[in-house]
Amino acid sequence: MSTSFADAIDEGNTVLSFPELVASLTTKKFDEKAVIIKKIQESEHPQSLIILSKLLDGKIYYKKDDKTVVIADITKKTASIINASTGEPLGQTTKKKLKKVGINNKLRRALNSSIAQLSLNNEDPKIRKSAVVEMFKNMDDEMSSILQKQLGVEKNKHVIKTLETAISINQLKSSVHDDKLQAIESLSNSLYPEVRVALNQLEKNLSTSPQTSQTLTLIETTQNSLKKIESRVGIYKQIENIFFGISLGSVLLLIAVGLAITFGVMGVINMAHGEMLMLGAYTTYIIQLLLPNHIEYSILISIPTAFIFTGLVGIGIERGVIRFLYGRPLETLLATFGISLILQQAVRTLISPQNRAVSTPEWMSGSLDINPALSLTYNRLYIIIFALLVLAGLMLLLNKSKFGLQVRAVTQNRSMAKAMGIKTDWVDAFTFGLGSGIAGIAGVALSQLTNVGPNLGQAYIIDSFMVVVFGGVGNLWGTLFGAMTLGIANKFLEPSMGAVLAKIIVLVFIILFIQKRPRGMFALKGRSADN
Amino acid sequence: MEKNESILYLNNVSVSFDGFKAINELSLYIDKNELRCIIGANGAGKTTMMDIITGKTKPDEGEVYFGDHIDLTKKDEAEIANLGIGRKFQKPTVFENHSVFENLQLALEGHRNILSNLFYELNEDQRNKIDSSLETIGLEAEKYRMAGELSHGQKQWLEIGMLITQNPQVLLVDEPVAGMTHQESERTAELLTSLATRHSVVVVEHDMEFVRSIARRVTVLHQGSVLAEGTMDKIQNDRKVIEVYLGD
Amino acid sequence: MEKSLIQRLLLSDTGSKILTIVIIFIAIVVPVLNLLVPVDSPLHISTYTVTLLGKYLCYALLALSVDLVWGYLGILSLGHGAFFALGGYAMGMYLMRQIGDRGVYGNPLLPDFMVFLNWGSLPWYWFGFDHFPLALLMMFAAPGILAFVFGWLAFRSRVTGVYLSIMTQAMTYALMLAFFQNDFGFGGNNGLTDFKEILGFNLQDNTTRCALFVASAVALLSGYAFCKYIAQSRLGSLVMAIRDSESRVRFMGYRDEHIKLFIFVISAMLAGIAGALYVPQVGIINPSEFAPIRSIELVIWVAIGGRGTLYGAVLGAFVVNYAKTFFTAWAPEAWLFILGGIFVFVTVFMPKGLVGIYNQARSRNTRKKSMKESQANIRNS
Repeated sequence: MSTSFADAIDEGNTVLSFPELVASLTTKKFDEKAVIIKKIQESEHPQSLIILSKLLDGKIYYKKDDKTVVIADITKKTASIINASTGEPLGQTTKKKLKKVGINNKLRRALNSSIAQLSLNNEDPKIRKSAVVEMFKNMDDEMSSILQKQLGVEKNKHVIKTLETAISINQLKSSVHDDKLQAIESLSNSLYPEVRVALNQLEKNLSTSPQTSQTLTLIETTQNSLKKIESRVGIYKQIENIFFGISLGSVLLLIAVGLAITFGVMGVINMAHGEMLMLGAYTTYIIQLLLPNHIEYSILISIPTAFIFTGLVGIGIERGVIRFLYGRPLETLLATFGISLILQQAVRTLISPQNRAVSTPEWMSGSLDINPALSLTYNRLYIIIFALLVLAGLMLLLNKSKFGLQVRAVTQNRSMAKAMGIKTDWVDAFTFGLGSGIAGIAGVALSQLTNVGPNLGQAYIIDSFMVVVFGGVGNLWGTLFGAMTLGIANKFLEPSMGAVLAKIIVLVFIILFIQKRPRGMFALKGRSADN
Repeated sequence: MEKNESILYLNNVSVSFDGFKAINELSLYIDKNELRCIIGANGAGKTTMMDIITGKTKPDEGEVYFGDHIDLTKKDEAEIANLGIGRKFQKPTVFENHSVFENLQLALEGHRNILSNLFYELNEDQRNKIDSSLETIGLEAEKYRMAGELSHGQKQWLEIGMLITQNPQVLLVDEPVAGMTHQESERTAELLTSLATRHSVVVVEHDMEFVRSIARRVTVLHQGSVLAEGTMDKIQNDRKVIEVYLGD
Repeated sequence: MEKSLIQRLLLSDTGSKILTIVIIFIAIVVPVLNLLVPVDSPLHISTYTVTLLGKYLCYALLALSVDLVWGYLGILSLGHGAFFALGGYAMGMYLMRQIGDRGVYGNPLLPDFMVFLNWGSLPWYWFGFDHFPLALLMMFAAPGILAFVFGWLAFRSRVTGVYLSIMTQAMTYALMLAFFQNDFGFGGNNGLTDFKEILGFNLQDNTTRCALFVASAVALLSGYAFCKYIAQSRLGSLVMAIRDSESRVRFMGYRDEHIKLFIFVISAMLAGIAGALYVPQVGIINPSEFAPIRSIELVIWVAIGGRGTLYGAVLGAFVVNYAKTFFTAWAPEAWLFILGGIFVFVTVFMPKGLVGIYNQARSRNTRKKSMKESQANIRNS
């Protein structure tokens, strides 16, 4: 049977159907395979791209019994297989019953080029663009001419730009001086790392070749282009650092805001605040365990659940312990520390002392690619937005609601507020619950950035204390300012001096800062603030 | 009125907290060995004024001088206290876990540095001084009691006693008779009057009857500045004062 | 005169009397039972126990230093572990230098970890640590200087209460991060260990162990007398006055921040000495001693014993550490639950600690008698 296909191919007969084409991949001759690959590409069948990329990955097999070509996912001895030409699942089989469709280096090149050309025809401009980017590394004249052709039909300006870059990269190899020069100059606007690699390579080659005036011009232009690129990359690196800083700041904000409110209202520091964060993160973990098929919604469910759960724990702590320590803030600190030990150990005993990974839903993974040198991950972006929303919500609550009015009254003058009929212990309990609840949702957010473990709270608590010290209490703007400043400062110092030294410097800075403003950046003033 | 040598001099002092002017261009002069009463409604700036004199609060503007040359705005609380300005707080502030005797002993003038306190031995002279203070405030019987166990009025006296033992030139006394019985008030009045023979005494008080019983010269504060100043009779008939106190 | 001073410091009240007698007793009996009683005798005390008790004595001295600042001055320091560790590191550096060329790499000048990190020469801050007097000076100076700088900054800007507490915690946290760094020059993660001898005596010898034990007992008792002397002086009276009403002290013309600084530094040095005695006995010092939890834990020793009494701190250190030794062997999982529970229980139900409970019980029984005694106790010099 296979001979007849081979004959048909030899005769230049192009009327073979797609399944027949695919079936002919079972041939052992690489030359024939090359022709078949070309034809699969030209057929533009929906399965074409999949088959070709799987072939490149070495996942195309055929069944030894009936020679059906399949895509196989092999795990140890068993394999789940899919019919290659139809995409229809064929269930499980054993590895022994399959035979691999082999390829060689020449075929790999052919495959690369075919896959690229197929992708270039894809409807989605993003896929077209990334197909071109894929080609940056192995550009040759043939590829370049394909891209030239594509340039004529391409409408999307982002894809056009990428195409031009690819062509320019190839043009670097040109023997014509002016072409080379033009390519070097035009590439100075590109931020792709491959471009930098190509230019660096060029510079190296040039410096070893004979030093004619032309080469010298080329070297100089290359160096200028590189310099221009590097400086732009540098700027984007800084923007990225700020972004990381803001995202760290947002996490700190979410944690510290609860601390600041409780400290403002009750004058106590809750050392178990970090554990509220941890409990919030574990809430996400447990919800994902309970609803393994709904990871997409797990975060949305976790936020209110964590808020209520940790909020109730907070109210429990306030009613059960803290209210007996009223007026003894230092003892409160110790008691809440004891609670934090108990909560940590409880999680170690009930769940596990090991860290646990929380999955990130589809819609939060990936990144927003601004340009090749700068991409912002969605999870961090969402956390920033989320933190700001929470802050806005809190401001609304504190400034517009009756509860908020009472909280502010107690913050400013407890005894006066009490005298005016505000139930201060009610306010205390709910403030504490609110602060803990916010820490809980901070934990949900944090579970998207890092693993969840019993010590999660400890890692962040001291930093968020520093935010409170730096920003001052009783004012949410102060917390926002403090969190962002510390977040950005940390991330800015990190690249040059390492995370640890950056942290130490920030701590020392705060100790010095309180010389000037012992009560933080946005402190309450006046006589009532003295005690 | 005869011109006395002034010991405390506030000129055009202003201070504000978050935009609220607690003291507004206040000018005030206290003479040597004068007994001055300062009255005013809540929020008139009486306590803030004391905070400024004793260095707790720095004024935004204005001059504060002690004697002729000492600029108090450049000094901190401890320096000002050592210059000879003593203060009694509105809420009686004594060391509750110390005995009455120890409270007075700590107030005793001199020995303000660390080492001399570490190797301190009380001598006969100092013991007598403390005893005489005890006698002045009438707490001889309570000498070894914990200050925390004293009645409110006794704490007030103890605090005044500590001031006396500290032997300052100026005593700033904030609401000395708050919470006192009528009899206790009378004794306090006698005490303060007798103190004014050797010290300058500035008394802030709400209790008008008490003020009348001791006052020679009265200053009325209103919204952070001086509304009126003069003898009690003059003040009582001052139109502005009547307006502020009774008008609205 | 001298005798009366000792009486005043160590025998003036029941707590001090018991403490003095117990410490002198164990300082004599424990080494005797270890060195002179044969190993198979039931009365023999193992070297392990000697070391364990020696550790407790160091902890007790550390607890004293915390009580001085917390019980008397009212500052809740969550950073005293740092002073303890710095004293320990100063001793550790001396012991490292004593190893000489007996290390794994046999380098006569550089400690093993520096050879391992390919360091060419000794960092300047390691110079002089081979001389015991200088190392001894640093055991006081390192924690003292840190306390001075930190305290000077904090007290001058009048940082008080919980703010101050969390700043001290940040301080020890920052130091922990720093000491974990390899290039900080103190052995990174592993810290300093593998010590051989101290002042020429082999650290593995029972005699050396017992000598260190006695030294710790002497240090504890001297530290106690010293703290007591401060507490009974007029300075001590002022210190408590600052605790109860700082602004009153200030308006009386005392420089409260200087007094606080003085006590803070003294206390840090005591903690440093405790650390210095601790290290040769346990044989290691590493950055985990700086961990914030260590510092908070030792505050609870003082709290459970009863703060502001000095002997309560010593009692608390022994009780909690004995419990820790017991429970971590018996049910390691349970220990943190118990410790956490102690924190909550002590702060809520026994604010004056075990000493307070005892006093309360006694005063209920013999009210009249205790009234008399408390009057006698009041200093009227």
